[in-house]
Amino acid sequence: MRRIRAAATGAVTLSLALAATACGGGSATGGGSNDSPRTLTYWASNQGASIAVDQQVLGPELDKFQKRTGIKVKLEVVPWSDLLNRILTATTSGQGPDVLNIGNTWSASLQATGALLPWDAKNFAAIGGKDRFVGSALGSTGAQGKDPAAVPLYSMAYALYYNKKIFADAGISQPPATWDELVADGKKIKAGGKSVLGAEGGNLAENIHHVFVFAKQHGADFFTADGKPGFTAPKVVDAVKSYVDLMAKDKVIPTGDAEYAQNQSVSDFAKGKQAMLLWQSASANLKSQGMSEDAYGIAPVPVISGTPGTGTQVDSMVAGINLAVFKNTHNLDGATTFVKFMTSDEEQKILNKAYSTIPPVKSAQTDPAFGTPADAVLKNTLATSAAALPQVASESQFETAVGTAVKDLFADAAAGHAVTTDSVKAALEKAQQQMPAA
Amino acid sequence: MTTTAFKEPVREAAPGTAKRAPRRTGRIRRAGLPYLLLLPALVLELLVHLVPMVIGIVMSFKELTQFYIRDWGTAPWSGLGNYRVSVDFNAPVGKALLHSFSVTVAFTLLSVALCWLTGTAAAVFMQDGFRGRGLLRALFLVPYALPVYAAVITWVFMFQHDNGLVNHVLHDQLHLTGKPSFWLIGDNSFYALLTVSVWKGWPFAFLIVTAGLQNIPRELYEAAALDGAGTWQQIRRITLPSLRPVNQVLVLVLFLWTFNDFNTPYVLFGKSAPNAADLISVHIYQASFVTWNFGTGSAMSVLLLLFLLLVTAGYLLLTSRGRRASDG
Repeated sequence: MRRIRAAATGAVTLSLALAATACGGGSATGGGSNDSPRTLTYWASNQGASIAVDQQVLGPELDKFQKRTGIKVKLEVVPWSDLLNRILTATTSGQGPDVLNIGNTWSASLQATGALLPWDAKNFAAIGGKDRFVGSALGSTGAQGKDPAAVPLYSMAYALYYNKKIFADAGISQPPATWDELVADGKKIKAGGKSVLGAEGGNLAENIHHVFVFAKQHGADFFTADGKPGFTAPKVVDAVKSYVDLMAKDKVIPTGDAEYAQNQSVSDFAKGKQAMLLWQSASANLKSQGMSEDAYGIAPVPVISGTPGTGTQVDSMVAGINLAVFKNTHNLDGATTFVKFMTSDEEQKILNKAYSTIPPVKSAQTDPAFGTPADAVLKNTLATSAAALPQVASESQFETAVGTAVKDLFADAAAGHAVTTDSVKAALEKAQQQMPAA
Repeated sequence: MTTTAFKEPVREAAPGTAKRAPRRTGRIRRAGLPYLLLLPALVLELLVHLVPMVIGIVMSFKELTQFYIRDWGTAPWSGLGNYRVSVDFNAPVGKALLHSFSVTVAFTLLSVALCWLTGTAAAVFMQDGFRGRGLLRALFLVPYALPVYAAVITWVFMFQHDNGLVNHVLHDQLHLTGKPSFWLIGDNSFYALLTVSVWKGWPFAFLIVTAGLQNIPRELYEAAALDGAGTWQQIRRITLPSLRPVNQVLVLVLFLWTFNDFNTPYVLFGKSAPNAADLISVHIYQASFVTWNFGTGSAMSVLLLLFLLLVTAGYLLLTSRGRRASDG
């Protein structure tokens, strides 16, 4: 009997102890250590055409890192659709990677969880200083007035990709510089039996990137100066409506695109079914789908006036990927060394070439490899007419809430329902109500 | 324990009692054995169900947002705040929850009814032996055996607007619709979800009803046929009443599964389901893991749990009363 009781007590104690450990959460306040200096775990976001492509690109570089430092990097490429949830889970359990890629627009949201290592002057000094990085990329690394939560790794910008042959067949000599021109060109293109402009109506992040730019062009902001959501401001409503109207009223985006969310619009463009595509750094993706580089041209995204520039003539968000370190890493020094390696001139050139992105490191950006006409458009956009998405703690929730509102509006447009100022306002009001109370 | 330890030597000293003592210990051991054997299951149950449930309930009383998830113990208490927000049907969060709840109830009732009808019809049809029955029965069970993700993704392809099989058949071949419809966005998404749910759920009903049918004595049908009862009368007077106990469990299980189904809507629509198909499981997921309001999400989960407990209890009470009445 005594043995049974002892066994029972032991089992219950063990189970409670296990439960307490499984809950984690309670004590994840650690500040990092150097307990396991020989290994690192790295979560890379899926940048290439597939996860296998990423492994091919990153594998040799990680081997190189191991040869130089003796640190073995365990790589896991995480698809975009899973990445934010995986980071969140790792934050809750305290069991995450040492180094990870984050979408640069999430920087402030993830910074608010307190899980990422702040990049203060000391940490930046260890990787060569803040001045090495382009200003616009640094603008998407965390909330203003705080030490950045991450370091820029790849930079991207939106551009207008257009099919030269379809344009020539329709008698159009140059890409549209304004939205009015784009709509006018659309009529000629449709007469030739091709679709005009691609969109990913079911992709929440894509929707956000576009309505953000439209809002900037209308002189509007989704967040007030003190960081509160202001989605129903009349100018914001107008901006969102004018983007959805490209399908609902102007009929340049085909209704079928309302349910696209797996980059089908890129495929449509690569297959020559569609004349134009608004995309960030699409070259590598188009090439992998068999579209030759001289088949398409690259121009700045249209604006209202025709001349992109700072202020209301913004034509892209500052797109890109940042590299962050989990605060409770067991290889703090190794993680910093790895960030230094990945942001070195040499690696920046190799990796950004492979992904057809622009290096956010100034000295690497000057490399002739990034001097093609396509890169010139992207670099110029990043330098003069791109704006960072709001760096507020609720940014990731904003992407989902407003992104869903735009998705629903596209669904309305596709079903032939009228998209009115009132219906847009109602959708945005609902999105605003879903935002967490700050 | 101390008393026993003290008494035992005394008993051992008395002649004739020495043999009884070990037998008594053995009896105690035997009496304890079942508990010991239950222990692993108990511990696992505690770990897998009870502990997370208690944590979930604690969370529902906390103001748990992204600022605290790293160390959720430190999140401030909000009392009944999360519950108030969830059931305030005039305010946005409550209104959205109520909408999602109504969609889920309508969806569940329709799906369970269709699953049951299809499953029962198929089982009755397959009751009589015929050539190829085994093969057909195996084919019927395919949707039930397929991994959910693979099956639902296939439906996603079929429901696509431009290249999907559904539009190809309905529009291009049968000319039933004026223009190709959207199934994965907008109002039709409800019917898309219902279709997949029934396709996935009816084989289970078929399986259970088939098992139930095997227990009905064939003589009953023969006797009924002799008395001149037709097929429909046999189904109404013999098959359905005999299946009652099986159906009671089947309907309850189907209801609970369908009401809580997360995989089907999530794979079909992703993390932001269209309004018309905003099932409560995905809605709560969205509150918790997309807008990062973990406290509110937990409160909604607890409310859902209470609702399902209430429905189950009510259903069991009602059906057992019905059974007693019919037995009596």
